[in-house]
Amino acid sequence: MAEQRMDEDRILATDVTYRYPDAERNAVDQVSMRVKRGEFLAILGHNGSGKSTLAKLFNALYVPESGTVLMCGMDTRDDELVFEIRQNAGMVFQNPDNQIVATIVEEDVAFGLENNGVPPAEIRVRIDEALKIVNMSEYARKAPHMLSGGQKQRVAIAGVLAMKPKVIVLDESTAMLDPSGRAEVMNTVHRLNRDEGISIVIITHYMSEAATADYVIVMDDGKIRLTGTPRKVFSDVETVRSLGLDVPPMTGLAHDLRHAGIDIRPDVLTVEEMVEEVCRLS
Amino acid sequence: MLNDITLGQYFPGTSPIHRMDPRMKLILTIIYIVGVFLVKSFAGYAVAFLFLYLIVRIAEIPFKYLIKGVKPLRFIIIFTFLLNLFFLTGETPLLDIGPVHLTREALFNAVYFSLRLVFLVMGTSVLTLTTSPVQLTDALERLLHPLQRFHFPAHELAMMMTIALRFIPTLLDETDKIQKAQMARGADFESGNLIQRAKAMIPLLVPLFVSSFRRANDLAMAMEARCYRGGDHRTRLRELRYTRLDAVAAVVMCGFIVVIILEGRIFG
Repeated sequence: MAEQRMDEDRILATDVTYRYPDAERNAVDQVSMRVKRGEFLAILGHNGSGKSTLAKLFNALYVPESGTVLMCGMDTRDDELVFEIRQNAGMVFQNPDNQIVATIVEEDVAFGLENNGVPPAEIRVRIDEALKIVNMSEYARKAPHMLSGGQKQRVAIAGVLAMKPKVIVLDESTAMLDPSGRAEVMNTVHRLNRDEGISIVIITHYMSEAATADYVIVMDDGKIRLTGTPRKVFSDVETVRSLGLDVPPMTGLAHDLRHAGIDIRPDVLTVEEMVEEVCRLS
Repeated sequence: MLNDITLGQYFPGTSPIHRMDPRMKLILTIIYIVGVFLVKSFAGYAVAFLFLYLIVRIAEIPFKYLIKGVKPLRFIIIFTFLLNLFFLTGETPLLDIGPVHLTREALFNAVYFSLRLVFLVMGTSVLTLTTSPVQLTDALERLLHPLQRFHFPAHELAMMMTIALRFIPTLLDETDKIQKAQMARGADFESGNLIQRAKAMIPLLVPLFVSSFRRANDLAMAMEARCYRGGDHRTRLRELRYTRLDAVAAVVMCGFIVVIILEGRIFG
């Protein structure tokens, strides 16, 4: 079955350009990229680099001016496919308060399914499943405003999950959370990626989150400036910093140590790796 | 402080009244209102009182909650009472001092109309006490659904109500935050006369409005991303179903109306 092929493209963007009405510059400029089945991609970039705009091009919230975006093989410019595309590409936004529609958790999870006309009996099954996966089952009957930020984002993820998406896009979904909420969300997302084989695209400011991805794309001025594994991208410390971003602390430290004449691997990402490297020295 | 606000005055429970279909409760409440208007005498009010008392007992809500519901309207009720008392004319004078003329008929009408208000409020309180705002919204949407054929925006109306309910706590929270932030910068919300205090609200309301628009924009985007496309072909997680309970309730309400009509014939 073609569906099962490991190299299947979930998102395929070719020379995509998008400009906001009345804007002078292209928000996204000639971007080509792909996300394969089961892949975990992080898109980095400072504010206004076009990373959020790119994300909204994936699920036809925006339609490219030129170039094409294929979501699971469906062209986002095809009006007929819009809802199928959005069902396949779930999106979680930044502000947890501004994306929950209903006054009860389980009803919010049901929102997307209700929109798609899924029969009530099946909605019930699917929201119970989704809430269980994000560990929010016991909050099913609670009011959203009683939950913490991390819990709200998990509800939002459940709402997306209930639609059985092939890709989940998280548009700075951890930006407004405290460290424990951030960890909750990231753990959930990694679990979905690993266990359910859902492709994940995270858009983030946090280097530590990007470091856990399979691939990283660094954007600046609407263009892709760097791309590759986190190890490869972050080891280019000078370029990353020149794009207004930081590198993970240990990568920065390795960089400084190398400058000081100590022979250490330039692509250290975590504390554990750094310990290993330092021990190797002596 | 703002976290434990309850929406509306819903009193959670599992009584038969709570378990009734919200649509039926809404319809029966409307019938009850008509019934109250049909009451012609104090005997009728006595029947209505017994009826209400019975329902409240079945619903397992403390009767004082109904009294509480009347409280915000006490000025209107007192006003109605006084207006009727002093401005109605009648044939049997009770009191005649200077410009004040009181008649028996005026006194009767004053009490009669005030009681009508009290019973209207108490009856509708039973509805809002036993039905959550979410259920009410659901019921409204489904009852108004047939009007959609005439381009009445039933789904949109219900959606707006749901979103409003959802955002009340969020916006209260935000108001609290802004208020504290402005107070930290020396804003004074508590002193001065009415006009000064109204003016002091501007630095509170402007940021609140701005952020509400941003929220609306975000929410619209999030709803679109989750395939929202209006009310057509939409299914619902919770289906409403009429049960035996609703049939029984309808019969009981019919009985009440019949008694009230008979009472009108006999005493009216």
